[in-house]
Amino acid sequence: MTIWFRYLLANRMTLRKPELKDKSFVFKSTVANRVVVSACNNNAQKQGIFIGMPLADAMAILPDLEVFQEIPKQNERLLKALGKWCIRYTPIVAVDLPCGLIFDISGCTHLWGGEAGYYKEIINRLRNLGYDVRGAIADTIGAARAVAHYGNISPIVKSKKQHEALLPLPPAALQLENITLQKLNKLGLNTINSFISMPRSVLRRRFGENMLQQIARALGDEEEHIKPIQVPQPYEQRLPSIEPIRTATGIEIAIKNLLELLCKQLSNDGMGLRAASLNCYRVDGKIISVNIGTNMPNSNPSHLFKLFELKIASIAPALGIELFIMEATKVEELNPVQEILWQKEGGLDEMCLAELLDRLAGKLGNSVIHRYLPQARYWPERSIKAVNSFSEKLEIGWMNDRPRPVQLLNKPEAIEVTAPIPDYPPMLFRYKEQTHKIKKADGPERIEREWWLDEGQHRDYYTVEDESGKRYWLFRSGHYNGEKPSGWFIHGFFA
Amino acid sequence: MMPTKKNLIEHLRKEIFRMQGFSVAGKSGGINFGLQKIEDSFPNSVFPTGAIHEFLCMANEDHAASAGFISGLLKTLSAKGSPMIWVSTNRNLFPPALKSFGIEPDRIIFIDVNKETDVLWATEEALKCNGLAAVIAEISDLSFTQSRRLQLAVEQSKVTGFILRRNEERMTASPCAARWKVSPLPTAAEDELPGLGFPTWSVELLKVKNGKPGKWTVQWFADNFKILSTQPVVETINFSKAV
Repeated sequence: MTIWFRYLLANRMTLRKPELKDKSFVFKSTVANRVVVSACNNNAQKQGIFIGMPLADAMAILPDLEVFQEIPKQNERLLKALGKWCIRYTPIVAVDLPCGLIFDISGCTHLWGGEAGYYKEIINRLRNLGYDVRGAIADTIGAARAVAHYGNISPIVKSKKQHEALLPLPPAALQLENITLQKLNKLGLNTINSFISMPRSVLRRRFGENMLQQIARALGDEEEHIKPIQVPQPYEQRLPSIEPIRTATGIEIAIKNLLELLCKQLSNDGMGLRAASLNCYRVDGKIISVNIGTNMPNSNPSHLFKLFELKIASIAPALGIELFIMEATKVEELNPVQEILWQKEGGLDEMCLAELLDRLAGKLGNSVIHRYLPQARYWPERSIKAVNSFSEKLEIGWMNDRPRPVQLLNKPEAIEVTAPIPDYPPMLFRYKEQTHKIKKADGPERIEREWWLDEGQHRDYYTVEDESGKRYWLFRSGHYNGEKPSGWFIHGFFA
Repeated sequence: MMPTKKNLIEHLRKEIFRMQGFSVAGKSGGINFGLQKIEDSFPNSVFPTGAIHEFLCMANEDHAASAGFISGLLKTLSAKGSPMIWVSTNRNLFPPALKSFGIEPDRIIFIDVNKETDVLWATEEALKCNGLAAVIAEISDLSFTQSRRLQLAVEQSKVTGFILRRNEERMTASPCAARWKVSPLPTAAEDELPGLGFPTWSVELLKVKNGKPGKWTVQWFADNFKILSTQPVVETINFSKAV
């Protein structure tokens, strides 16, 4: 069976933008330096616009024509998606460029009550989706295609009757080259009937080998091959239980068995799991689902089990669980040569670290794990950035030319100081009810605020040491101002 | 007869050390931290890696000093390029500062959790993971059982654990290899220059398993430890040694 989408791109566009329904619009593409119409909708075609027409001509016919740029290969992608959707009707679906689908329907039609019911079902479904389609069922692909495009008769060609069905159709139905069609037209051969019974040697001499091949294919004398769409197999395993499972041990065993199967399936394909979900179907009709995630693609059942183990407590079996379905919701290729993390020479079992982080993230949540990289900024709070990835490399090196405290308070705390004016470090300061007499000091180091991000005053940082040797990072906010006391803050502690 | 007996006892002692997880000097287990005089306090004169070290730090200043001292140790421990894990509840540590103690701050994975119990769980899990350079945990309270669990975890994996304890008052016995107290000392400026000198700490070993406690003044100088002075061992330490 073949399906022909008469206005594939246009229908798609109308589905996305319903306001275009009653307008005329075309898609344009550039062919050999000419901008031509590559697809149009029903309304535009009625006005005399055809595919391959220069865009300027089309605009001349219809000044209010809407024009969209054609996205290359969009029709192929669209047909593939539609083809996948059609897998429900037959296991073998192939894309027939530029705008068709081919189904191998042997042994499928009886499920819809015969060929007529089957045909009606598919065509109606696609039409309801908003696609203008025509279809035909025949023994050969060529015949079905011809009838779908040009047939005025019943779309279902009876078995072995393709010869009769083809006779009244124009030669274009046979997918011939343009030059051949022009020759046929010139000779007045306007139907297939008028030349199909000519001797083969004559046809070959006049129109070439290709025409004979197309005729043979349409009649079924020669086989035509299709390339079916590969449907991705879901990574999913099911485990029905004869007796409803109610104990934690039972759930553990179920998870173990499912993981064994799933990991085998994954590792056969060289894939690793990044996220998985376990759905437990309870006797009372409720579904309980738990999810896990990993930092690196993993197909190690014992590690994945540890992740699920943390979640078993959240599965309430109630009256019992009768079906477990484990699905790998996100998989990635398992790279045998893993990216090297920080390891320079042996020692670190990288998988071990990744598994540790998975366990931590599984129990405490992903947000607890941090790693920091330097940023090219001076403002202390913004000089580092948290990253999630464990393989992200340094873009700039860590700076250590300026003194930075080992401990940095999240928010600077106000202190009382006695400081000589205008620009000297304080002599003593009070912090948390303790007075610190300053013996030594370095500074100031002025750090300007990033005015394009926030407003406020710059900071003049001093590194100070009190009499007992404790070292602090203090700063004065803004310039010394004779009228009112300056704001002093403590921001960190040095080692 | 006497020398043989002495040798025998020496041999047996070494055997016991080995069973307790202390490595013997001269073998690959011994890593040189550049802390020769302090290392002498430990059994076999080897700084115990693959063990738990406890650091007492009440005040923020002590905390910063301890973090600095630990970073100096981490520099040697992570020389192979392995990552470290830092577990805490409310962390103030500013990673860029650690660069000046010779470690790459991006090699530290920080685990910032909400509850104390989660810190313990995460620390134990991390300590079980061999291949890490070290695990540093900020814990305020640690019971004997909890620290025993951590000790058991490192005996398998040979990861070095550092525990920063905020709460000194509720000090319990612990099976840790060593208990330290690091506090800042006034810096000595070079050549009478104004300003601050190199970071200087008073490093006190309050308790060492099978070793001799002591107190030292240590300076971080040119990416290495420098021991400035050794102070006599305080007599009262003896009781904690018996624990």
